[in-house]
Amino acid sequence: MSYKVVHYINQFFANIGGEEMAHVAPELREGFVGPGMALNNAWKGEAEIVNTIVCGDSYFAEHEKEAKEQILGWVKEIKPDFFIAGPAFNAGRYGYACANICIAVQELGIPVLTGMYTENPGADYKEKVMIVATRDSAAGMRQAAPTMAKLAMKLMKGEKIGASVEEGYMNMGIRVNMFEKERGAKRAVDMLIKKLNDQPFVTEYPMPSFDRVAPNPAIKDLSKATIALCTSGGIVPHGNPDHIESSSASHYGEYDISGWDALTSEGWETAHGGYDPIYANANPNRVLPVDVMREFEREGVIGKLHNKFYATVGNGTAVASAKKFAAEYAQKLVAAGVDAVIMTST
Amino acid sequence: MKTLELGYFHIKDIVIGSESKIENGVLYVDEAAVKALVLEDENIKDVHFDVARPGESVRITPVKDVIEPRVKVEGPGGIFPGMVSKVEAVGSGKTYCLKDMAVVTAGKIVGFQEGLIDMSGPGADYTPFSKTINFCVVCEPADFLLATDPTATLPIENAKKPEYEKAVRMAGLKVAAYLGELARNLTPDETETFSTPNLKEGMEMYPDLPRVVYVAMLQTQGLLHDTYVYGVDAKRTLSTMLWPTEIMDGCIVSGNCVSACDKNPTYIHENNPVVHELFKQHGKTLNFVGVIITNENVYLADKQRSSDWAAKLCELLGVDGAIVTQEGFGNPDTDLIMNTVKIEKKGVKTTIVTDEYAGQDGKSQSLADADQLADAVVTGGNANEVIVLPKMDKLIGMLDYVDVIAGSHAGSLREDGSIEAEIQILTSCNNEMGFGKLSAR
Repeated sequence: MSYKVVHYINQFFANIGGEEMAHVAPELREGFVGPGMALNNAWKGEAEIVNTIVCGDSYFAEHEKEAKEQILGWVKEIKPDFFIAGPAFNAGRYGYACANICIAVQELGIPVLTGMYTENPGADYKEKVMIVATRDSAAGMRQAAPTMAKLAMKLMKGEKIGASVEEGYMNMGIRVNMFEKERGAKRAVDMLIKKLNDQPFVTEYPMPSFDRVAPNPAIKDLSKATIALCTSGGIVPHGNPDHIESSSASHYGEYDISGWDALTSEGWETAHGGYDPIYANANPNRVLPVDVMREFEREGVIGKLHNKFYATVGNGTAVASAKKFAAEYAQKLVAAGVDAVIMTST
Repeated sequence: MKTLELGYFHIKDIVIGSESKIENGVLYVDEAAVKALVLEDENIKDVHFDVARPGESVRITPVKDVIEPRVKVEGPGGIFPGMVSKVEAVGSGKTYCLKDMAVVTAGKIVGFQEGLIDMSGPGADYTPFSKTINFCVVCEPADFLLATDPTATLPIENAKKPEYEKAVRMAGLKVAAYLGELARNLTPDETETFSTPNLKEGMEMYPDLPRVVYVAMLQTQGLLHDTYVYGVDAKRTLSTMLWPTEIMDGCIVSGNCVSACDKNPTYIHENNPVVHELFKQHGKTLNFVGVIITNENVYLADKQRSSDWAAKLCELLGVDGAIVTQEGFGNPDTDLIMNTVKIEKKGVKTTIVTDEYAGQDGKSQSLADADQLADAVVTGGNANEVIVLPKMDKLIGMLDYVDVIAGSHAGSLREDGSIEAEIQILTSCNNEMGFGKLSAR
């Protein structure tokens, strides 16, 4: 039994006509049409295009809602194993349609793939849908079809997808490991020689722009403020009851310090694997300064120390995870009437 | 001109017995002799030895260091100067190396960050030390080092960890030097010569070639994250220069318990891949001027000083290009970016080698710091990628700590003996001196 595939193309590739026919409404056809033949042949019977959906580019752009409804209706009826669109090369509205109809079909739980030129406006959706990078004109069909067919077959079979440069899709903003042909040191020397000679080179990791968080305005009267302590230094009750990982933490802990005048080595320890825990374990206040905060509390420097603290391990923990933890416990802190937080790191 | 000839002995097998010698490519090890050597240190109660060969169903863990046995047969100084040999400057004459093998120190864990080596299966594709015949030195700590608290997660008493780290580190170096010594009066299978002209000679020899320096960042965060240069703890040094061949004589050794995947074990220092790749291009496409070593301390003032000095040395040398490599992640990412930005601002073009912690789903920022001037990056891949390592028939070391080493989680060791963890636990798989082929996009 072969996989059932639905292919989406525009009026031009269906041989209906060019710009003058771009207004045509969606149409469902049996079997493959136009570029579908190359895909079908490449699958050698393992997968087959059972239907082709043809839609005018202007129609999709101007009646997106109706077009999607019609097309999704057909797709739900056909229940294909895979949905493939294009390739659209540098045709802007066609690329837009391919990306958007793929995103819609993907939401039905059907794997999808499209292809286009990197500067096609539709390529803006590359992080939402897998898009094979093609040349800028239909002359690139000969390279695009086998790349798309091969990747589509992997997706149909549920095989592991390699890195973008290996498989030919546009980077989806997800880092994927791969083995290079040369070791890193040689790649570094080769890259430097190109850079020294003003030749083009491709970095393996384009630097991101970091989001900087502007601090909130300062608290004017600390003596009335409730201050909470939080840490990425891994301070947890002795025995690490929540099993917070020593690196790449998957969660955080909430711990009560009511009645603790200072943290003791009997009661507390660090779960952090990125530094030698000798000093933190001997005196956990070095990482989470409960002792000093209690002094401030007694002296009236601060209103009070919040009775709960939140802790995780910062060691190799994904920024996205850290953001998620903090977004969650920040709500708890706000709900508890905390005015400010001292976040300690290690 | 500084010239070092390396003589290579290809080791085909290792046999543990009652005599030490190298014969027909087989390394015979007198067990009693190496045992006596290791037990010289009162911090080690007992030691046993084992051999792991490529392709075998063998798992070694927890792994501390990996070392290539070498011996200095001509020229000043000895191997691992300042640690095993006297501190005399090395890097010239003749040195013999036992290739295709390594000494691997293992046993009860020192810190959370010891690693794992699988000799076959999917893990073997990631660690370079699945391709070497490994002479494993499995150490047992002295009773007085053990934690007295029965609920302690790790076996060694906190305050005693530095002593035990040193004992195991020295055990590995001493065994490697002992095994290297066996080649002293033999004829190597092949030789290779590395020469570096001094600055004046180099400029005269290659007036038209771009001049390139290698900036090696050494892990020196302290508290079991230390690197030693000629016996000196590198966190107490200013950025300085080495002839590339000094590194080949073992002047830099690892004392590190950083995450296994991006640890630079002593073996990789000895066989520094950037040094070797730059030598291949030396006199052809570039003029390899030398090595700047700089540290990765935790205090901001130290970071500022060390990166200032690395950039200043580049400026002083008047180089055109620099390759910067790293060890560790997170905190040292700031050193990496400070070095790169400051060197670029001196008008020197850089390429950097690092690795990534992009999360298990690959969606996070990969580095803890970033700058647009770091526009030429080679990556050793995402250390957070999850891997399942099937059970191996034989274990060298112990599985007691698999759930707590960096990159694993509670339950990593599964009932069927397989391990599910991040590749972070695999020794040197994301190496940041470019030793391996793993990358990411």
